[in-house]
Amino acid sequence: MRQNKNDSIFYNIDWITVLIYVVLVLMGWANIYAAVYNEEHYIITDISQKYGKQMIWIGTAFLIALIVLIIDESFYTAFAYVIYGVFMVLIIAVPFLGREVKGSRSWFRFGDFGLQPAEFMKFATNLAIAKFLSNQNIKIADYKNTIITLLMLFVPMVIIMKLQNETGLAIVFVAFIFTLYREGLSVNYLLLGFLAAILFILALLVNNIVLFAIIGILCSVSLLFIKRSRTNLFLIAVIGIVACGMVKGTSTIYEHLEPHQKIRIDVLLGRGTVDLKKEGYNVNQAKIAIGSGGFAGKGFLHGTQTKYDFVPEQDTDFIFCTVGEEWGFLGSSLVIILQLTLIIRIIFMAERQRSPFSRIYGYGVASVLFFHLTINVGMTIGLAPVIGIPLPFFSYGGSSLWSFTLLLFIFIKLDSHRLQILR
Amino acid sequence: MNQLGDRKYLIIGVFMLVGLLFIMRLFYIQVIDDSYKLDANNQAFRYKTEYPVRGYIYDRNNKLLVYNEAAYDLIVLPKNISKTDFDTAGFCELLGMTKETFIKKMKKAIQAPNSPRKESIFEKQLSPKDYASIQERLYRYRGFTVQSRTLRKYPFKIAAHMLGYIGEADKSTTERDPYYKEGDYLGISGIEKTYEKALRGKKGLQIMMVDVHNREKGSYMNGMYDTMAIPGKPLTTTIDADLQLYAEQLMANKIGSVVALDPRTGEILAIVTSPTYDPNLLVGRTRNKNFAELSKDSIGKPLFNRSTMASYPPGSTFKLVMALIGLNEGVLTASTRYPCARGFPPLGGRPKCHPHGSPMDLVGAIGTSCNSYFSYVFKSVIEDKKYHNVYKAYANWREIATSFCLGTKTGSDLANELRGNVPSIKYYDKVFGKGSWKASTVISLGIGQNELGITPLQNANLVAIIANKGWYYTPHIVKAINNNPNDTTLARFKVKHFTDIKDTSIYNKVILGMAKAVEAGTAASLQIEGIPYCAKTGTAQNSGKDHSVFVCFAPKDEPQIAIGILIENGGWGSSYAGPIARLMMEKYLKGKITRPDLEKRMLDADLIRKLNLVPTTNR
Repeated sequence: MRQNKNDSIFYNIDWITVLIYVVLVLMGWANIYAAVYNEEHYIITDISQKYGKQMIWIGTAFLIALIVLIIDESFYTAFAYVIYGVFMVLIIAVPFLGREVKGSRSWFRFGDFGLQPAEFMKFATNLAIAKFLSNQNIKIADYKNTIITLLMLFVPMVIIMKLQNETGLAIVFVAFIFTLYREGLSVNYLLLGFLAAILFILALLVNNIVLFAIIGILCSVSLLFIKRSRTNLFLIAVIGIVACGMVKGTSTIYEHLEPHQKIRIDVLLGRGTVDLKKEGYNVNQAKIAIGSGGFAGKGFLHGTQTKYDFVPEQDTDFIFCTVGEEWGFLGSSLVIILQLTLIIRIIFMAERQRSPFSRIYGYGVASVLFFHLTINVGMTIGLAPVIGIPLPFFSYGGSSLWSFTLLLFIFIKLDSHRLQILR
Repeated sequence: MNQLGDRKYLIIGVFMLVGLLFIMRLFYIQVIDDSYKLDANNQAFRYKTEYPVRGYIYDRNNKLLVYNEAAYDLIVLPKNISKTDFDTAGFCELLGMTKETFIKKMKKAIQAPNSPRKESIFEKQLSPKDYASIQERLYRYRGFTVQSRTLRKYPFKIAAHMLGYIGEADKSTTERDPYYKEGDYLGISGIEKTYEKALRGKKGLQIMMVDVHNREKGSYMNGMYDTMAIPGKPLTTTIDADLQLYAEQLMANKIGSVVALDPRTGEILAIVTSPTYDPNLLVGRTRNKNFAELSKDSIGKPLFNRSTMASYPPGSTFKLVMALIGLNEGVLTASTRYPCARGFPPLGGRPKCHPHGSPMDLVGAIGTSCNSYFSYVFKSVIEDKKYHNVYKAYANWREIATSFCLGTKTGSDLANELRGNVPSIKYYDKVFGKGSWKASTVISLGIGQNELGITPLQNANLVAIIANKGWYYTPHIVKAINNNPNDTTLARFKVKHFTDIKDTSIYNKVILGMAKAVEAGTAASLQIEGIPYCAKTGTAQNSGKDHSVFVCFAPKDEPQIAIGILIENGGWGSSYAGPIARLMMEKYLKGKITRPDLEKRMLDADLIRKLNLVPTTNR
């Protein structure tokens, strides 16, 4: 047996990434402790409390990280589709085998502990897409491949949203748009998507008739700048009609939404009057908690808004409120900077890969982390809709911590072998 | 592939842009916008006020005049009342109120300026007895709590006007002084008002943290920002409770005021306004009803504090001042004699006078209170050649009169004091025209009439000045705060004030006249065995029946008590005012009464009923 340092499982590991990961996890633990702290159970390792449980989750997450590093890197490429398939089966099975928790059918329960397979769908999908797009014969610019890729994303997304009733976990799959863009998805698609998004928002905020007029004027003006051929005229007419149709369609769909869904949209867009005791409660309380932190915060365990339950879900989706309240502007911007540093570091690492598989997977990791950060922090400060997804490495919960650990450490493992063969 | 590689810059750009946007947003809501901090405190803190005990009030011999009794306010926080299982019927029965009253009170607690989220008083000032029965079962009615308060209690039922009463802070009070919150108790009148700061103490504040269900979670920062309530300081007054009570009994059923001072110190021994009322009436839940009742009495006006708020013509008392000024200016000697022809001869018998021997010297004039004599004195003072000018002489006269604390507030610690009036040159210039009035125009100033106005307190102080031969301490009610006679707020009562007439021999001449009045004059029937004293009877002319006036001090040498008394429509000074003052002096100096017949007559005299009957008999 050849025994040299190249064979150590820690060889060539990106320690900066690992360090930021550990710091974030420990900060998260401290904040969970503060968020649910009570004087009767003040020992942070008390496993009857959430912070005690989180300690177990952290311990096991480190173990998972270790296992990921031990397993041969070729395992992930070889079994990418298998892993994808296994988890696909699991997320379909959960609604029938698992127990319903607060309307969500995404949990397997083991006594006091629960697991959410949908969380793991993220890394599985990431592996599958990396595998698919790294095939040398595949070009994403080919619309057939685009459709296949999108299907690989949409299928789990729809299952999680419809069967498991977990909008938050489902919507994360949108994040892969960054990966696809990096791998050559046509800018036109993105641009169209972007314009469509703007149209949707405008359709809800501006009177439809006014929008129709604006679209008409824009189309007419554009005629001045392009060749007035028959095809172009036809094209612009189609674009105009489609745009008007989308506006009308959005309004119609909005009118037919369930009241609670309407309200979520209203809250985000600031439409109509928002009742701060009902639909606006969460966001308002989150803002109060963060805003009351001031520049330097109220100090560890001295928060009142989160500790005394004014903020809902203060240990999971709204954990950022505890950071904002107790550590103030300094602490909360530090968390954002750390998270972003990690994400951008991952992008740099992805770009240094020789193997397209590693690169694509790396982008997937960065995209997912970024999407979580944006939505989670964005909703607590009123810049994003209230969608229940965790803050990576911070929020309480085993499934999310494990899944983020898996997601990240598979990439760290791949990265440590970046100098080897092209896959 | 290189082209695609460039796409990373856009991706990184977008990521960093979002991060920057978030940090900017955080800076705005955490550092710039303060409203979230306020919201946070409003919902996570409950500010509990601890009300201090109001200071007790004692008389000069440490008899308790005012103490506190516990009362309990029932507080409601409407949003905490369960909509489903609140037992309204049981609650109404517990409080002994009808359902309609309950609904009305709930409405009041919910509507502005109250709100469902704000605590307000549901039922005021429950007695300890009521509270005991309610307390046991109150836990069943979530949303209701009890706040303990203190109410004033007056064991002697005396000195209502001097003590004053307590009221609730209203909006204007809270705007003027943020220490008070609406509904807090504070002194509205009397020394309760003057010494409010000492009596009230300082409210304590406890900041409790509450959770989203409004459950208390302990004190904020271990009580670092909490303050303890500091109890109010007790006051020791100069009042002699026995004398005050006796005077009030004597003054019963008469309209007027009597003030007794210790001339050596300016301490007020008794200050009575009559009719008076039981101060206990203006406390507690029946306060408003009683207040309205008392306000209705338009003849007696029991709420009107005559001692400091009523201005009477000083009448004959002022002749003493006239005599002092005349002697001081050198236009009068003890042996100066002036004629009287049932009036002042130079003006055809006006002002009028009653029949007596003529002409008289100064002592005789004081003894008989001759109007003509003092009109001459006034004329000679105003037309004094050494001033070359009538108005200069008048200004001098007025200045000296003012130095006797006339037409100016005494500066006592009794709230709401009237200035009284010594008319100014400007005033007469306006009435008669500049330069077109002279001594004879305003001649009755000399006998204490015309526009002259004096409060009973000033009247008593005037006697004290004569007793002291030219100086006085500002009359006052409180001699020690928190048992400390040297409290800085009391320093102003230790300053000796001198009048413009400093020659004691001048006073001796006037005092001689006052002593004569008791020995053989108008007050001869009111002598006190073993205590020679000085007095001056008087009648103050009035549109109705004359006011009965009497001023005196005793003993003649080294006086210990000076009294000024006025009884509205009492007629001669010796008919009511004199006897009451005499009884008070005897009571204070001897501790017993040697003229039970006089005492009985005074106690029984009912001038108010007589007054009421006047219209009936005239018919």
